Amino acid sequence: MRKAQGSWEKRILKSLNSMCTELSIPLARKRPVGEQKELLNKWNEMGTDEPDLSLFRPVYAPKDFLEVLINLRNPNYENGDSLSFRTHLGLIQVPLKVKDIPELKEFFVELGLTTGQLGIDDSTQVPPELFENEHVRIGQKVLAEQDSAAAQQYIRQGSPTALRAELWALILNISSQPEDILYYEQLKTNVIQHDLLVDSLIYKDVKLTASNDDYYFVFEDYLYQVLLCFSRDTSVLGHFAYNSASPPKSYIRGKLGLEEYAVFYPPNGVIPFHGFSMYVAPLCFLYHEPSKLYQIFREMYVRFFFRLHSISSHPSGIVSLCLLFETLLQTYLPQLFYHLREIGAQPLRISFKWMVRAFSGYLATDQLLLLWDRILGYNSLEILAVLAAAVFAFRAVNLMEVTSLAAAEAVLADLSTLKVMPLLQIFLFATVT
Amino acid sequence: MSRPKNQNYKGHGLSKGKEREQRASIRFKTTLMNTLMDVLRHRPGWVEVKDEGEWDFYWCDVSWLRENFDHTYMDEHVRISHFRNHYELTRKNYMVKNLKRFRKQLEREAGKLEAAKCDFFPKTFEMPCEYHLFVEEFRKNPGITWIMKPVARSQGKGIFLFRRLKDIMDWRKDARSSDDQKDEIPVENYVAQRYIENPYLIGGRKFDLRVYVLVMSYIPLRAWLYRDGFARFSNTRFTLSSIDDQYVHLTNVAVQKTSPDYHPKKGCKWMLQRFRQYLASKHGPEAVETLFSDMDNIFVKSLQSVQKVIISDKHCFELYGYDILIDQTLKPWLLEVNASPSLTASSQEDYELKTCLLEDTLHVVDMEARLTGREKRVGGFDLMWNDGPVSREEGPPDLSGMGNFVANTHLVGCFLNLKRPWIGTPGWLSWLSSCLRLRS
Repeated sequence: MRKAQGSWEKRILKSLNSMCTELSIPLARKRPVGEQKELLNKWNEMGTDEPDLSLFRPVYAPKDFLEVLINLRNPNYENGDSLSFRTHLGLIQVPLKVKDIPELKEFFVELGLTTGQLGIDDSTQVPPELFENEHVRIGQKVLAEQDSAAAQQYIRQGSPTALRAELWALILNISSQPEDILYYEQLKTNVIQHDLLVDSLIYKDVKLTASNDDYYFVFEDYLYQVLLCFSRDTSVLGHFAYNSASPPKSYIRGKLGLEEYAVFYPPNGVIPFHGFSMYVAPLCFLYHEPSKLYQIFREMYVRFFFRLHSISSHPSGIVSLCLLFETLLQTYLPQLFYHLREIGAQPLRISFKWMVRAFSGYLATDQLLLLWDRILGYNSLEILAVLAAAVFAFRAVNLMEVTSLAAAEAVLADLSTLKVMPLLQIFLFATVT
Repeated sequence: MSRPKNQNYKGHGLSKGKEREQRASIRFKTTLMNTLMDVLRHRPGWVEVKDEGEWDFYWCDVSWLRENFDHTYMDEHVRISHFRNHYELTRKNYMVKNLKRFRKQLEREAGKLEAAKCDFFPKTFEMPCEYHLFVEEFRKNPGITWIMKPVARSQGKGIFLFRRLKDIMDWRKDARSSDDQKDEIPVENYVAQRYIENPYLIGGRKFDLRVYVLVMSYIPLRAWLYRDGFARFSNTRFTLSSIDDQYVHLTNVAVQKTSPDYHPKKGCKWMLQRFRQYLASKHGPEAVETLFSDMDNIFVKSLQSVQKVIISDKHCFELYGYDILIDQTLKPWLLEVNASPSLTASSQEDYELKTCLLEDTLHVVDMEARLTGREKRVGGFDLMWNDGPVSREEGPPDLSGMGNFVANTHLVGCFLNLKRPWIGTPGWLSWLSSCLRLRS
C-alpha cells in the first residue's frame, strides 16, 4: 500500500512541477510590498478578484485517483484461477477486511429503529415530546458539562441545529484561545507576504466548485481565507505521522537532490485536488469567525478527510470504503450489482466521487450536517460507504431499467432531495438479509 | 349536507356549495409569457382565449387594469388578478401615507404599544410636499444615510443613496435643467427614506427576502401566506464606504444582473428554507420563530392599513411579492410590496418554486369550485388572516385572547412537501420507516 501511495505521490508532484515549468510560474515567490497591501485590503472579499486561471488545471480529479485504486494489487495474494461465488466482482481487488451488515448493525447500534434520531424523529409528523425536546435538553446539559466523550456519544443520534457548532467544537477539542487566534493571524501574514502556485489551484477550485454551487457561493470569501492559510500551516505536517502518505518535497532552485535544501511543498504537505474546497464549504454554515472556522476545518482534515485521498489499509481509508461499498452491494443487492456490471456501469465509478467528498455538494446541507454528525460520533468514515450503498438500494428499481452508464449516472445525478437517516436506517435495520 | 362541527368557524367565503356551478371549461387570458403561461396551459380544463374573446379568468397587467377595469362588465364567476386601486399598497408614497394614518388610528384605539407594532417601515418622507419635515428629521440625525426612491418604478431604477442635503439639491437641479430627458421621473414622485445601515449580512453580503401573500378579499380581509420564498443576495460585499455602488446596496435580481460580477449560473438566491436553517444554526430556533412571527405582523398590519381604502371587488384577487430586509438585531423591515412580482424563473429551482406558487394560487382562487371554504391550507398556502387571526389548532377560535394561540402560518417552519409521496420518493421512505417503527 505504501508503495502505491509513494508512486501516486510522485505522479502528482510531477504534474505539479510540469505545470509550474509550463506556465513559468515559481512554486513560491515573495510578494512585492504594493501587492501585499492590496491583498490585505481585499482580504475579506478575495472572491471579487478575477485572476486569469484558464491555464491552470487541477492537479488531479477524483476519477484519476480511482484509476490508481483500481489497479492496486497485493503481490502476495493468490486469487486462484477458478471463479467462485466468493470472487469479488467489483473494481477494488485488494482483499481488506470490511464489516458486513451484522457487524455494521452492532457498530451503528444507535441508528437502530427503536432509537430516536434527529433526521427522522424531529419531522413535523412526530410530536416533539416523544424525542426531540428531551434530546435537546440532554444536548444542552452535555455542553454545560463540557464533556467531550459524552458529546461524541450524544451526537450519534444527531445534533440539534442550534447546538451543532458548539458540539462539534467540543468533540474536536477546539476552543478559541488567544494563541489560536494569533496563530491564524500569523498564517494570514504568510499569505500576504508570499504567493504560492498552490494558491492559484485553490482559487481555481473554489471558482469551479463552491462558487457555482447554489448555496455555497455566498461563502466564497471564507473559503479563500481558510484554504490559503491552510496550505501554509506547517502544523498539518504532524498528521503524516499516522498517514501512509508523505508530504511532497521540493528543492530550492538549483539545489535539486540536496536534502539540506529540501522543503515541503506546499508547506502543509497537502496538494489540493478538484473539489477540495467542498470540505470547507459546509462548515461555513456553522462557523462565522475565520479563526474558529479554520481550526475546525483543520481538525476535521487531520482526523478524517485526509483518509479520503490517500492510499492506506485503514478501515476508514478510501480503499476500505470502496471495498465496503462494493461488498455491501454485491452481497445484499446482487441482482442490481450484476445488472450494472453487465451494462458497463460499475457502481463504484458512480459512488466514488460521493465518498471522496464525504457527500459534500451532493446532499442538501442540512442532511450533510446530519451525516457528518455521525462521522464525528462514530469516529469513522464507514458510514459514507453504507450511505452510498443505501442510495443505490433506494433507487434500485430505476437502476434495474437502465441500459448504459450514462443513464445510470442520470438516475443518480441528483441526491439533493434525499433524507439520509431514513435511508441508512432502512438499509441497515429494515432490509431482509 | 352535514352540518359543520364548529358553527362559529367562518369559511373563507369562496364556495357556496351547490350554488357554484362546475364549469365545463375555463377560458383564461394573459399577456405574460413566462412560468404563468406554462401553468395556465397545463391546467386541465383551462382554455386559452386570444384577442377579443370572452374570458372567465384574466391575469392582466396593471396598465390594462387602469385603462379598462372601470368599463368592463364581469359575470359573477369571473376573476381578475388585480384590485382596482392596488397602488394604495404598492406605491411607496401611498403605502407610507396609509400606514401612518393606520398607526395613528391604532394609537388612539389601542394605545402606544399596539401602534408600535407598525414600526416596521423606515422613516419615509414624500417629496416634495414633506420636504420640510424631511429636512427637520435630517438635521436631527446628522451623518446617517438616506435613500431616494421613485414611487412607482421597479427593478431598482432611479434609486440612489445620499448623506448630504447638497446631494439632493444637485440632483433636483440636474433633473429640472435637462428637458430632453423624457424618461426621467419628475422630482415630485420620489420618497426619501432612512437607509438601514446595519443590514444582516451573510458571507459579507446584503440580501433581502421575497415572500408571497395572496389576498382574496379586503372586506372582509382574507389573506394567505405562501410557505416558501427566497433570499436575494447582492453580488458584492457590503460596505458603507461606497454608497455610489448600486451593486452593493440594491439586491434586486434585475440590478444584480447588470453587475460585472454576475454569473447567471449562481442566480444569487437562497430558498427560504436554507436561510432559515442558517439562521437557526447561528441564533437558535426561538430567535428565528420570533423573526418569522414579526414578519407575519408586517403582512397583516400592512394589509389592514389599506383595508378601508382598497375597493374590494369580489372579482379581484392579488398575489403580492413582499420585500423584507432583516437588520443585525433580527428585526424585519418592510421595503416594499409588489403587485406584479416577477414570475420569470432565474433557475431550475426558481422555476419549480414559481410553478408551485402559481398552481396553488389558482387552487385558492378556485375557478373549479372544488374547495369547501373551510380549508386552512391549500397546497403551499396557509390562511393567515380570515377577518381575524387564524389559529393553527383545530376547534373554535380562541376568542379569549389567552391560551395557546399559534398563528396558522408555516413560513418554512416545516419541510415543504409539495408533492404527495409516491413510491420511490423520499416522502414515501420516511412514511415507510415510521410505519416500520410503529410495528416493531
